[in-house]
Amino acid sequence: MSSRELILGRIKAALGDTAVPEVTRDYRPAASEKADVELLIDRLVDYKAVVHRSDDVAGVVASLNPGRLVLPPGLDPSWVPADATVVDDEYQAEAVLTASTVAVAETGTIVLDGSPDQGRRRITLLPDLHICVVRPDQIVASVPDAIARLDPRRPLTWISGPSATSDIELNRVEGVHGPRNLHVILLGGAS
Amino acid sequence: MTFLGMPTTAPRGVGNLRGDESFPAAAHKALQDEQLRRNLGHATTTIRRKSGAVIGELPDWQELREAGSTLKANTMARLPELLDQLEANVTAAGGVVHWAADANEANQIVTDLVKATGHDRVIKVKSMATQEIGLNEALEASGITAVETDLAELIVQLGNDKPSHILVPAIHRNRAEIREIFLREMPGVDPALTDEPAELAGAARRYLRETFLSTKVAVSGANFAVAETGTLAVLESEGNGRMCLTLPETLITVMGIEKLVPTWRDLEVFLQLLPRASTGERMNPYTSMWTGVTPGDGPQNFHLVLLDNGRTAVLADEVGRQALHCIRCSACLNVCPVYERTGGHAYGSVYPGPIGAILSPQLTGVEDNASLPYASSLCGACFDACPVKIDIPSILVHLRNEVPHPRAEKAAFGAVAYTMDHPALYTRAQHAAKLSRHAKKLPPPLNGWTASRDLPEPPSETFRDWWAKR
Repeated sequence: MSSRELILGRIKAALGDTAVPEVTRDYRPAASEKADVELLIDRLVDYKAVVHRSDDVAGVVASLNPGRLVLPPGLDPSWVPADATVVDDEYQAEAVLTASTVAVAETGTIVLDGSPDQGRRRITLLPDLHICVVRPDQIVASVPDAIARLDPRRPLTWISGPSATSDIELNRVEGVHGPRNLHVILLGGAS
Repeated sequence: MTFLGMPTTAPRGVGNLRGDESFPAAAHKALQDEQLRRNLGHATTTIRRKSGAVIGELPDWQELREAGSTLKANTMARLPELLDQLEANVTAAGGVVHWAADANEANQIVTDLVKATGHDRVIKVKSMATQEIGLNEALEASGITAVETDLAELIVQLGNDKPSHILVPAIHRNRAEIREIFLREMPGVDPALTDEPAELAGAARRYLRETFLSTKVAVSGANFAVAETGTLAVLESEGNGRMCLTLPETLITVMGIEKLVPTWRDLEVFLQLLPRASTGERMNPYTSMWTGVTPGDGPQNFHLVLLDNGRTAVLADEVGRQALHCIRCSACLNVCPVYERTGGHAYGSVYPGPIGAILSPQLTGVEDNASLPYASSLCGACFDACPVKIDIPSILVHLRNEVPHPRAEKAAFGAVAYTMDHPALYTRAQHAAKLSRHAKKLPPPLNGWTASRDLPEPPSETFRDWWAKR
């Protein structure tokens, strides 16, 4: 008997005629609330991301002096400063500029899904500065809204602030293995 | 008598589910460590405050708990069908699924997979399942180095220590102790290192960077697996998880069979429950989700090891099976008055605290962790804190009834009944009890009984003597 058959047999023996209980879903489902951009900003800032409200992406990027910059293959070329030092090798890059897929206002979370304007996962992991552009139509209110929009077949990275740890006395400290600096550029409605 | 296909407990002699001594004996030592109590008190107070604040932000926390609870019960009842579905979807997405009946088989599978890559070092994301089965020790025995990359795990590994908390295995260490461990054990560390947490985190970043970039095989656990899509999810904070899950060529994930959820949508419940109950954050800094292999992005070889190791024995207990609903948030540890005083090592298992007190004895069989169901005052704080509403106090009481009571104990209660029916014998017995005032434990054959219980101190004067004097 294979271990697969063995385990499945054990489970069936353990369950006997256990009834399958209904799932109760009385929590706020997707589309309960409208996305609140102010809340998103508040939550991003609370977890130590820096937020820029601007449609001049290249201008903001240039002002951050990103150094050696790595880019995903399908990024809008107008976002890249004319004098940027673009490198192909993420291992050598000091910063990365990407688009995003979804931003969750309630939790201050940005999700990347590996689309051409976000690139493969490692390019947003190795550089110390991640500059991430969010369009207004990508902002959703809650986690259920984000789940409804995402495609699970794509590799997904949910990012809530810069790399951090709570391992020393359970206090949150920013800056461990991932990018230590997260800058978010919110397009549309500069104020 | 057992036959193939019957639910089976985790085997002895492998893994980290059984302690060297009983809970009372280990707790007795831990209680004398004032530094440990200060560190734990500080850490658990911090996390309770943070968690309470972010839970308070959600108007539907109780509804989410109810959804989490019913989802898990639903999953357990459909486990064979859902595991089938998970296997099919992981395989269709380019992964390879392995089934491990127990710790020995899981360790063998992972060791063979690593050997087949030709490499002798793996990087690891913090994983309770691999700690449970003693994977690092098994790999070591085959000449494979396992490098823990989670900061707290690194502190434990460098300090030659044992984990004491599900979420923060080094919770028993404060910043000054961590600095000392780094200065002593971390190759190439800056001798001017201070005990500022940011500096300590920076030291870990520098120390592990080269290892991340050069290691070709990673081993992880999983927080969730979605049967419907074959998607795996790992929640973490530091980015060490992302490193392990995306940089190596080969990824081996070891996951308990109870970790799956039926549908993609179900993650909307658990992604709200887990971070708020666990680290007290609205969302943990990083969550990685992957489905099989993505060409050109991340590991091109993905193996998923599905682990039983006693879980089917837990599932066979209609009352106790709720313990399998646990999402390893550790909220029950953080609110437990017993855990806060004894720390995690006293529980002997990688699963400490209230959840450990119900999970470990069921995984091993209660006879191997007989004192753990008593490691609680039954105050109920754990039940209130649990994001999936596991009724820990009821399961503790249930397991206390399952603890094998030695034949001597039965005989003793029979003798008590006889003695109480015979007044002269009873008086003599009471005087004998007075003489035993300084005994902490009963002599054999009743020592098994006192191993898991405190012997109450007999009064200096019997009631009958006191009455007679009046």
